[in-house]
Amino acid sequence: MAYTPHQLRAVAVLGIPLTWVLITLVVPVAVLLAHSFFVVEFPTFRPALVFDSYNEIATDPQYFQVIGRTLKIALITAACSLLVAYPLAYFLAIKVKSHTLRTTLYFLIILPLWVSYLLRAYVWKTILGQEGILNSFLMYTGLISEPSPLFLYNQFSMVITLTYIFIPFMAMPIFAALEKIPPRLLEASADLGMTPLQTFRHVTLPLSMPGVVAGLTFTICLTSGDFVAAFMVGGPSSTMVASTIQSQFGASLNWPLGAALSVIMFLFVLALISVSDRFETRAQGATS
Amino acid sequence: MRRLSDLSLGGFVALALFFLYAPVVVLILFSFNDSRLMTLPLSGFTWDWYKAVFANEAMMRALRNSLFVASVATAISLAIGTMAAFALDRIRFPGKTMFRRIILLPISLPGIIIGISILNMSSAVGLHLSLTTVILGHTAMLLAIVVTQVFARLQRMDRNIEEAAADLGASPWQTFTRVTLPNIRSALIGSGLLSFTVSFDDVPITFFLTGRENTLPMYIYSAMRRGPSPEFNAVSTMIFVGSLALIIFSIILLTRDKGESNV
Repeated sequence: MAYTPHQLRAVAVLGIPLTWVLITLVVPVAVLLAHSFFVVEFPTFRPALVFDSYNEIATDPQYFQVIGRTLKIALITAACSLLVAYPLAYFLAIKVKSHTLRTTLYFLIILPLWVSYLLRAYVWKTILGQEGILNSFLMYTGLISEPSPLFLYNQFSMVITLTYIFIPFMAMPIFAALEKIPPRLLEASADLGMTPLQTFRHVTLPLSMPGVVAGLTFTICLTSGDFVAAFMVGGPSSTMVASTIQSQFGASLNWPLGAALSVIMFLFVLALISVSDRFETRAQGATS
Repeated sequence: MRRLSDLSLGGFVALALFFLYAPVVVLILFSFNDSRLMTLPLSGFTWDWYKAVFANEAMMRALRNSLFVASVATAISLAIGTMAAFALDRIRFPGKTMFRRIILLPISLPGIIIGISILNMSSAVGLHLSLTTVILGHTAMLLAIVVTQVFARLQRMDRNIEEAAADLGASPWQTFTRVTLPNIRSALIGSGLLSFTVSFDDVPITFFLTGRENTLPMYIYSAMRRGPSPEFNAVSTMIFVGSLALIIFSIILLTRDKGESNV
């Protein structure tokens, strides 16, 4: 067993991170998967290999409802973030010519990320609540005569809060993709008689798609796993899958069911990532 | 026509920035407002909420825990993440693509999945929940951040200078500390800073992995069940200003870095 120092170094450099990833990611997910097949024996559970939990999810309509609603909120949030983030990124990358102004604006867009996630959700609660800022403002201006409960604890407040949180995450990859487009490409398109709208549709938009896909993937994955914003601004009508999972490991004390729901979410994220990976590889293949 | 569309785009950008900053302004403004209720118009100026934060023993303890967790998790992630980035950049081994995918997965993986799976593992092997399990959970996520940035930097690095160092008689360790490390310094500082903030801010992982001790966001999360309080505005304003100072400091550090290497 004689290793050269070089080989030993390679083994350490690879072995340590590999071990760490096994302990913090691979084994935990494997245990999670195993637990999802266990049998509940309230208040605990015992080893088994049954599909009870998955069956319950498939047959009890409340889980379908929660999963459907989570997907809906995640998709609407992703679409809204895209609608705000794309023009922002476009303006920065294509329209702003001054380097300093561009850097400053970029910094301004990502700066809110340094307000804690929890607090960004909380501040919307204080804005939209019945005793909140929006209501007191509307009453002050005389637009309404008594506080409206319509702004908070529903799907609307979930979408506006999550959109607010994810705009910077959406803008970053789109900006990175737009910035890579050589300006002469856009000039050439104009020289060939394309209108600005045509240039956008046939040149800019397709070239920015990898950024759009990356931003959408990221936003959909992370919003579909949110329970913090749901705790803050979501009501009974906007319970998310993650909130349901959370309660299975807390008050409801049904670990196998919670594990099964987590496995489903995990597989959903994996599927989304691999689809977006495939898209990215294809886009790279097309440009090179 | 062209000017009109540019103008409306500019207007939209202004609106979007308003949307991004109005809540931040609200958050900060009400940390100084002389009322427990968060309603308009503002009632008066006060430092009371800031004093309340410093007088709050439990919150201060949670803050110390958070600083501890974020420091340790960042240090571990930097060390192990750098190794992983090196392995990905320089070693050929079977299953490399798989390894890269798994290590980068937490970037798009909701924190709750990481938290819950480590919770399940801990219960299976009889590991008690504590700040240690929290750190374990955080590193799973932070590793992805460090690997992304350090790997990108390594790929752009000119390998010739390392060979030159070796040719001139530097040992592998000397080559690493004197040539490679200074070259990836900006990536280390950048990802370290980001890791620290992400760990310091985390709720979804910590929620499932903490024992009796609380981190600051977890303390705030539980305290919020009792309803809103401007104290939360005050503490988050301080964290925001603190992180801002840290970012500006690191930007200055990094630009000075660049200036030197250009000479």
